[in-house]
Amino acid sequence: MSVVNYDEDVLIKEQGFDDHFHDHHHGDKYQSGFITKYIFSQDHKMIAKQFLITGMMWAIIGAGMSIIFRLQLGFPEDSLAWLKPLLGKWITVNDAGIGTLAPEFYYALVTMHGTILVFFVLTAGLSGTFSNLLIPLQVGARDMASPLLNMLSYWFFFTAGIIMFCSLFLSTGPFAGGWTAYPPLSALPQASDGSGAGMTMWVASLVLFVVSVLLGGINYITTVLNLRTKGMTMWRMPLTIWAFLITAILGLLSFPVLVSALFLVMFDRGLGTSFFLSEIFIGGEALNHVGGSPVLYQHLFWFLGHPEVYIIILPAMGLTSEVLSVHARKPIFGYKAMVFSILAIAFLSFIVWAHHMFMSGVNPFISNFFVIFTLIIAVPSAVKVFNWIATLYGGNIRFVSAMLFAIGFVSLFISGGLTGIFLGNAAIDIQMHDTYFVVAHFHIVMGIAAFFGMFAGIYHWFPKMYGRFMNETLGRIHFWGTMIGAYAIFWPMHYLGMAGVPRRYYRFDNFDTFSHFGQMNQFITIAAIIVFFLQILFVVNFFVSIWKGKRVATKNPWGATTLEWTTPIDGIHGNWPGNIPAVHRWAYDYGKDGVEFIPQIVPLTEKEKENAEDLH
Amino acid sequence: MDLSVKKERRYHSKIHPHKFALWAGCASIVMLFAALTSAYIVRKAAGNWLEFKLPVQFFYNTIVIIGSSITLQASYYFFKKGNAQLYRSLLVVSFILGMVFLGMQYSGWLAMESIGVELAGNPSGSFVYVISGLHAAHLLGGIAAMIVALVHAFVLKYKVTNQRKLRFEMTLTYWHFMGILWIYLLLFFVLQ
Repeated sequence: MSVVNYDEDVLIKEQGFDDHFHDHHHGDKYQSGFITKYIFSQDHKMIAKQFLITGMMWAIIGAGMSIIFRLQLGFPEDSLAWLKPLLGKWITVNDAGIGTLAPEFYYALVTMHGTILVFFVLTAGLSGTFSNLLIPLQVGARDMASPLLNMLSYWFFFTAGIIMFCSLFLSTGPFAGGWTAYPPLSALPQASDGSGAGMTMWVASLVLFVVSVLLGGINYITTVLNLRTKGMTMWRMPLTIWAFLITAILGLLSFPVLVSALFLVMFDRGLGTSFFLSEIFIGGEALNHVGGSPVLYQHLFWFLGHPEVYIIILPAMGLTSEVLSVHARKPIFGYKAMVFSILAIAFLSFIVWAHHMFMSGVNPFISNFFVIFTLIIAVPSAVKVFNWIATLYGGNIRFVSAMLFAIGFVSLFISGGLTGIFLGNAAIDIQMHDTYFVVAHFHIVMGIAAFFGMFAGIYHWFPKMYGRFMNETLGRIHFWGTMIGAYAIFWPMHYLGMAGVPRRYYRFDNFDTFSHFGQMNQFITIAAIIVFFLQILFVVNFFVSIWKGKRVATKNPWGATTLEWTTPIDGIHGNWPGNIPAVHRWAYDYGKDGVEFIPQIVPLTEKEKENAEDLH
Repeated sequence: MDLSVKKERRYHSKIHPHKFALWAGCASIVMLFAALTSAYIVRKAAGNWLEFKLPVQFFYNTIVIIGSSITLQASYYFFKKGNAQLYRSLLVVSFILGMVFLGMQYSGWLAMESIGVELAGNPSGSFVYVISGLHAAHLLGGIAAMIVALVHAFVLKYKVTNQRKLRFEMTLTYWHFMGILWIYLLLFFVLQ
């Protein structure tokens, strides 16, 4: 394999174009003082780091909650008294010194775990981080279309987080009604302890969160569509950018629908309307609410809820595609098919929402429609999986941590995707709904898989973020432990689900039907604890590497083709010191004509030009 | 900000990025109201639905908001033509019409209450309150933009710059959008 010789400084100077960006002084607005540089920063690279680190903190809190409720499920007889210093009154210690977790707090933990992981970690932490970091760098823009709105996007997210965090400390506990917040538990403040102030803060937090998603999304779409550099046509964009663009469009169209549902919930809670409440008795007393429909809420919620799972998984798919191609030293297989399958998935995601409601009293004939479209999603998904595997086939694979996680993503996406075909059938859903089969399915396909895409992205772009590498040995331990551990946690849950074990229950040992699963639940809990500590190892690796990691010596350590690797190692405001680079080719010229890789900024050779003309 | 920068940067696109962002924002507002109006249809189909006459204020108000769109468009026309006098006065008229719209919506809600259609009553009435209320809340954003426009009109020295043209055009787009949204909502309530 030969190597193409190029000097990016010379190329950018000669081929790029001058937007007079550096003619102006930006120092006062950007990065001059501690506060404008690190806190109220308007620089997309800093905002990306803010999203990432906030997301990591939430991930630790959310995963920690899962460990507490897993302890309860795995060891229902054992004392949890040692958690009393952390959980306070939610642990009751009896005379024999045995501490038990309050059942209502158990449900609150499950609810918060879902809310935190779905919204704060895998939406804000994933697409917030990488859309911010990569969109301007990979399309060749100085920054986002509106750096101010971008900064506000982070601070709305931060405020939403603060409100949710405070709700954990309420004397009545945080909201306890499942992350989907179905009425009546969400719409009646007196329905349960968590339905009071906990739910009020949950709604407030989520509305602010949606504002954050919309401000961010508007910026991402505008930047991709309007601020691409010279020569960066849509068909030359890396798949990461396609994924972020479509993700942002999904968010823009689906999150407002969630807001409308939450508004109606607020009216039901505070102002006595009956949108979702109907003929309810509480404590033997009839309420005034008449004529509402709780199923209406489910329709509105899942109209967001289903696109939301693609808002989570599409960025992970984009990151995986890019990492696989770079480290297999091969062009991504079927680039256009990849783009069209993203578009197809995005379109289908809007017409399948009622598959979450097969057992909610939806007309079975209407279910047919949703079954068919749900199963059709398997087609574009399979196209993507085929293309990832074909990209790996015959590749000169570098098994670095980023690559391992990208390959792991493909594995998890297959295993989790296949169980989706079971659940998408309304008839099978009669047995499977609300069991651990569902829990296993969505944790593998959109929980763990999305995390793997995120890890692949973090290991791969860490050198771009901090100018250093993360520790490779720890990265591999992290990968193998998490890969095996994640399957150890979720594989057995399929069997629990097929046996009908319901999700969200506090304990199973006093049911005759389920009590023999005690050891399986113990096994799952132990695996979960091990995986949790492996993630702590990752967090340690991350923060230590920021200051102590191996320094990056060249601008393009992975030998990648995309524009972000033409910027200075220590990022500067405006990304490129002089001109903005111009783009001459697509993002996947690996191994072309015997050359290992050709960056997008390298002009076409005479031979390439001839071939290009032949095509027309 | 220097405009030559913008020109060269907009290598591909004919639309200014900020304007594009505004349209994207409008798309999300459309989805918000699409969700609410489809919830209305679904809920209505389930029965137990109170039929009542919409207050007349809502109909008169449609004329008010169309009128404010026309005066704002005219104000922009005179802003570009160099007629500072008409530009300023038409802007003031548009602002007043906007406030009149909000006031009349409020009196519409009072009228609904006076005929016994209360917020906490049958969902058919609750929907009208919530949907028109959310529209009014979004209209406040337009009012805020107009206040900024007024400050610019009366505090800054009159000058036609690309930056100010852009700002005016964005205010105008949003205001027209609010007007069209109201017409849609009213037609929806009448036809449903």
